[in-house]
Amino acid sequence: MGKLAIETRGLKKSFGKTHAVAGVDLAVSAGGVYGVLGPNGAGKTTTIRILATLLRPDAGEAQVLGYDVVRDARSVRTRVSLTGQFASVDEDLTGVENLLLLARLLGYSRPRGRRRAADLLDAFGLANAADRQVKKYSGGMRRRIDIAASLVVPPELIFLDEPTTGLDPRSRNQVWEIVRGLVAEGTTVLLTTQYLDEADQLADRIAVIDHGKVIAEGSSGQLKASVGAGSLHVRLRSPEQRAEAERVLAAALDVPAEPSADPVALSARISDPERVARALAELSRSGIDVTEFALGQPSLDEVFLALTGHAAEETPQEDAT
Amino acid sequence: MNATSAEQASAPVTEDALRSVLAGERPSSPGPVLTSLTFGWRALLKIKHVPEQLVDVTMFPIMFTLMFTYLFGGALAGSTQEYLQFLLPGILVQANVMITMNTGITLNTDIQKGVFDRFRSLPVWRPSPLVGALLGDVMRYSIGSAIVITLGLVLGFRPEGGAVGVVLSVALLLVFSFCLSWLWTMLSLILRTPNSVAGVSMMVMFPLTFVSNIFVDPKTMPGWMQAVVEVNPITHLATVVRGLMHGSVPAGEIGWVLASSVLLVAVFGPITMVLYRNKK
Ligand SMILES: Nc1ncnc2c1ncn2[C@@H]1O[C@H](COP(=O)(O)OP(=O)(O)OP(=O)(O)O)[C@@H](O)[C@H]1O
Ligand SMILES: [Mg+2]
Repeated sequence: MGKLAIETRGLKKSFGKTHAVAGVDLAVSAGGVYGVLGPNGAGKTTTIRILATLLRPDAGEAQVLGYDVVRDARSVRTRVSLTGQFASVDEDLTGVENLLLLARLLGYSRPRGRRRAADLLDAFGLANAADRQVKKYSGGMRRRIDIAASLVVPPELIFLDEPTTGLDPRSRNQVWEIVRGLVAEGTTVLLTTQYLDEADQLADRIAVIDHGKVIAEGSSGQLKASVGAGSLHVRLRSPEQRAEAERVLAAALDVPAEPSADPVALSARISDPERVARALAELSRSGIDVTEFALGQPSLDEVFLALTGHAAEETPQEDAT
Repeated sequence: MNATSAEQASAPVTEDALRSVLAGERPSSPGPVLTSLTFGWRALLKIKHVPEQLVDVTMFPIMFTLMFTYLFGGALAGSTQEYLQFLLPGILVQANVMITMNTGITLNTDIQKGVFDRFRSLPVWRPSPLVGALLGDVMRYSIGSAIVITLGLVLGFRPEGGAVGVVLSVALLLVFSFCLSWLWTMLSLILRTPNSVAGVSMMVMFPLTFVSNIFVDPKTMPGWMQAVVEVNPITHLATVVRGLMHGSVPAGEIGWVLASSVLLVAVFGPITMVLYRNKK
């Protein structure tokens, strides 16, 4: 893969005692979607704000499209766009006023700016809402105008901070289509998300961050592989036997088995597929009736749990700083 | 037409449409004057969409003019008519200076919103969102001034300087108010909430406007207070506005006002910008 669109080394930023970003190293190649996955408060927004030149890092370095975000902030700003997590347009203004405002600020003449605004509203299916205040838009429309506002001048790189949080499935799909369209046209997209399936669906590479640190990085396949071979899912005839089944499976597989939401189901992560047959034999020997079993690829959910599970154990240590 | 019907009526984003908007050109960046004026245009649009925000520029001036004229007029100058000739230019100053406070409160609310992140990530002259907001406020000062003067004329205020004197004094007032606003922009970046901005502004504002010659001639005040009144820029501003409206041109005093205007921007402008740049 060609040159790097983003490169950071040891990026740090604290707010008082909160280490929002605690040493982030990223290498994002140009083109494609890079996903930054993390729970609330992981430091996703702070990282993006540093990369978009809104915050100065306390330590470390970051280059975006080859320009240093501190020394060469203006060069970065002319080439990237930011779609923030929260209302990134003026909610008091109408859709067309927002786009015209940005077009004027970016150097369009008034008539050209008007045309540009109309084209963008058309492309994003917002032509009917052009003259309505953004505060009256639905969640999906609002997200589309947020993204449209970032494309008034097409950027080489776009930051999307949790672009689909709080959207219904249809609106979420529309945003995904937009992201895919952007990539098809050669734009590099860095998006943050709390949704594992979103990262799985969209991102070529994913950095999992927690407590301001990258705890895993790779393609979604690599991340899954790093966690183990997958999971064994088992359904029982009767819920009373589940506790017993948990003990048997744990002993046979050498890993804890976890009860699922379904009262007759449980699952266990497995490292060695050869043990599965033995575990199932062990269940029937103990008189537990299995109605169904399946061997699954680990989901990104499981990857995430596995990874942040580790981090959670380290929490007291981090808080002590 | 509600949100959902509009949304369903419009086709979802198509690849072709997206491709064509992404082929858009990259115009060259405009200069600081144009970007500031554009942000000023944003402020005017906000007044258009949220006219409630004009309450302070209409109610304050009306209240003050009526209250002080009829409350103090008889006692201080023998008759309300006579006092009005003295007071109205002063009330005009006070109304404007009061209205500038709102700048900080509005900005504090505005900056908390995500849209300021977008503005700050644009390749434009960095102070332009702030300068634009202050330019938009000039509109508010003009409205406030127009209201005070109209009300004054109705009540019997007769400026000897005529229309020219009135226009000149308002122009000077707008310049001073624009410059004073930088104090509030600075405060709005230091303090966390709009409420605390309002509180601190009041604390600055009351002594600044009352310990001056807006309401009474300072001759009856104790010596130390006269000294304070004398260095208060509001005193000089009121003297100038009074002079211009009644037909004299106090050149030295005008110099004082312009100098203090420049000083206000020179001190609070850069501090504001440093705070703005390092804003989290
Ligand atoms: N301006 C700020 N002042 C103080 N603390 C902050 C500030 N911004 C972020 N933080 C803290 O830094 C940590 C990381 O926040 P950040 O917003 O980067 O997380 P995030 O991953 O974007 O979370 P979310 O998914 O909730 O958006 C949090 O503990 C947050 O409270
Ligand atoms: Mg965030």
